[in-house]
Amino acid sequence: MNKNKHVIVTKNLTRFFGETLAVNQLSLDVAKGEVFGLLGPNGAGKTTMVRMLAALLTPTSGEAWVAGYQVGTNDQEIRSRIGLLPEAPGLYDALTAEQNLAFYGEMYGVENIQQQIQRYLELLGLWHRRYEPVGTFSKGMRQKLAIARALLHEPEVLFLDEPTSGLDPEASRLVRDFIAELRVEGRTIILTTHNLEEADRLCDRVAVISGHLLALDDPKELRRKLFGRKVVIHLKKASQALAAELEKFEFVAESQVVDNKILLSVANPEEHNPVLIQALVEKGAEIQFVGELRRRLEDVYLELMEAAKGNKDE
Amino acid sequence: MNRIKAIIVKEWREVFKNKFVIFTVSFLPLMITALPLVTLYFAGGSEDFGGLSSADLPPQFASLCGELSGGDCMLYYLVTQFILLFMMVPVIIPMTIASYSIVGEKTTRTLEPLLATPVSTLELLVGKGLAGVIPAVLATWGGYLLYAAGAYLMVDNRAVVSKLFDPLWMIAIFGVGPLLSLFGVSISVMISSRVNDPRVAEQISGIFVLPVVGLFIGQVTGLILLNERFILWMAGVLVILDAILFTFAIQVFQRETILSRWK
Repeated sequence: MNKNKHVIVTKNLTRFFGETLAVNQLSLDVAKGEVFGLLGPNGAGKTTMVRMLAALLTPTSGEAWVAGYQVGTNDQEIRSRIGLLPEAPGLYDALTAEQNLAFYGEMYGVENIQQQIQRYLELLGLWHRRYEPVGTFSKGMRQKLAIARALLHEPEVLFLDEPTSGLDPEASRLVRDFIAELRVEGRTIILTTHNLEEADRLCDRVAVISGHLLALDDPKELRRKLFGRKVVIHLKKASQALAAELEKFEFVAESQVVDNKILLSVANPEEHNPVLIQALVEKGAEIQFVGELRRRLEDVYLELMEAAKGNKDE
Repeated sequence: MNRIKAIIVKEWREVFKNKFVIFTVSFLPLMITALPLVTLYFAGGSEDFGGLSSADLPPQFASLCGELSGGDCMLYYLVTQFILLFMMVPVIIPMTIASYSIVGEKTTRTLEPLLATPVSTLELLVGKGLAGVIPAVLATWGGYLLYAAGAYLMVDNRAVVSKLFDPLWMIAIFGVGPLLSLFGVSISVMISSRVNDPRVAEQISGIFVLPVVGLFIGQVTGLILLNERFILWMAGVLVILDAILFTFAIQVFQRETILSRWK
């Protein structure tokens, strides 16, 4: 792991709360400009992990570097280089949107506070509400304002702890779209979420944790590793005989007939699909569509959790 | 310095929207100012004091009166009784403000993003502390000036009125007052770091007003003579106590424990 190339590096990061082990020997790295997802059930240690990396909690053991500074040694430096959106937005209800941001601007020592406030309030569509007390804001608006607060000082790393949790679909979409924009800008983002579709759409890589690390890869790779790739061939009339013919090819690991579809486990569909299609045509089959069965990240997640539960039971 | 200033302004914007805080900050000094003024109003016009001699007063106090006649000395005695009452203002107000400002951060869950900024614990507590100390000290001074102005209008004997500006009062109001405020804030910070309800923090902090009440009772009953020497001792003890308590308050304010324990 290269501490210069990576904005975050952790080595065997562990945190106990009394006797309870919250994070167990977690080692990972996050590259500059990467959107990194932390997935896991409630109590998996996601928030503890974020809090350790945000220099809010000291690790019990192990090491972590954020933006080139070691957690527990250069905490003040780390805090000035990160932006945090905690689970609860934690805004001052009695203060206006502008006053909330101005206060945090002072805390972070932002020089051009007014420009930054205007920039982010406009970006998030809250500029016209800047003089209104935050107590009058909807949940979605509060979340957007909390994101603006986290970005005000242009942090090197942005931690978003369940940014769409508790939001209605419309507000969730607005927040997700904004995160997608940040991704395009090349921001380094650590995103914890229960929303697996969100992680699938936004994250370059995800770590599935349950105290310890269960899996770490990009969502596509995780799907491939866990389920392989499946080709679905829709026919006018599918049969076991046709499936058996296709299974004769070495590259077909498994076949299955469901209604008028033949499902085939194939390592490299791009290379093997033409061969399969040609074989079916030669056998007189009438092909309607050919596609790939897309496993959702949710399937990967559930499979990993099931396996982790199984290991625990053993 | 900018951070401390920003914290003070933010605290005032927040806590002064709380009706209970506004009531405490405004009503207490007004009541404590009105009470001696009302007493003076009636006592100042009473002819009974004219027949008194210094021998009718506690002997230690009579020695403080100097050239004043018995009746005027009695009036001065009455006026001085209220010094310790004024000393309650700088203790109670910062306790109320600090209790709401610190525990309030817990209940509204605003502390996590704040602690995630580069603000140091010292800056945070100094800011929050001053947000309580400044209004308390201003309220004490304002109350004292109102009292002095009222006494000037109600008491004919200028010698008695001028006693309100003697070193005893000056040290009490401008020295001991701010020190008591710092005492109140340090106590509140320590208590607020351990509880989750501002009212509980305020009630527990309230126990620490009792020494001032005790001094007041001691003075009224003649057990304690409030003179310059006593007030100077009080100031000295408070300087040491404040230094110890504020250092201890910073130690007790464990960012990590507070975050992981507060839900």
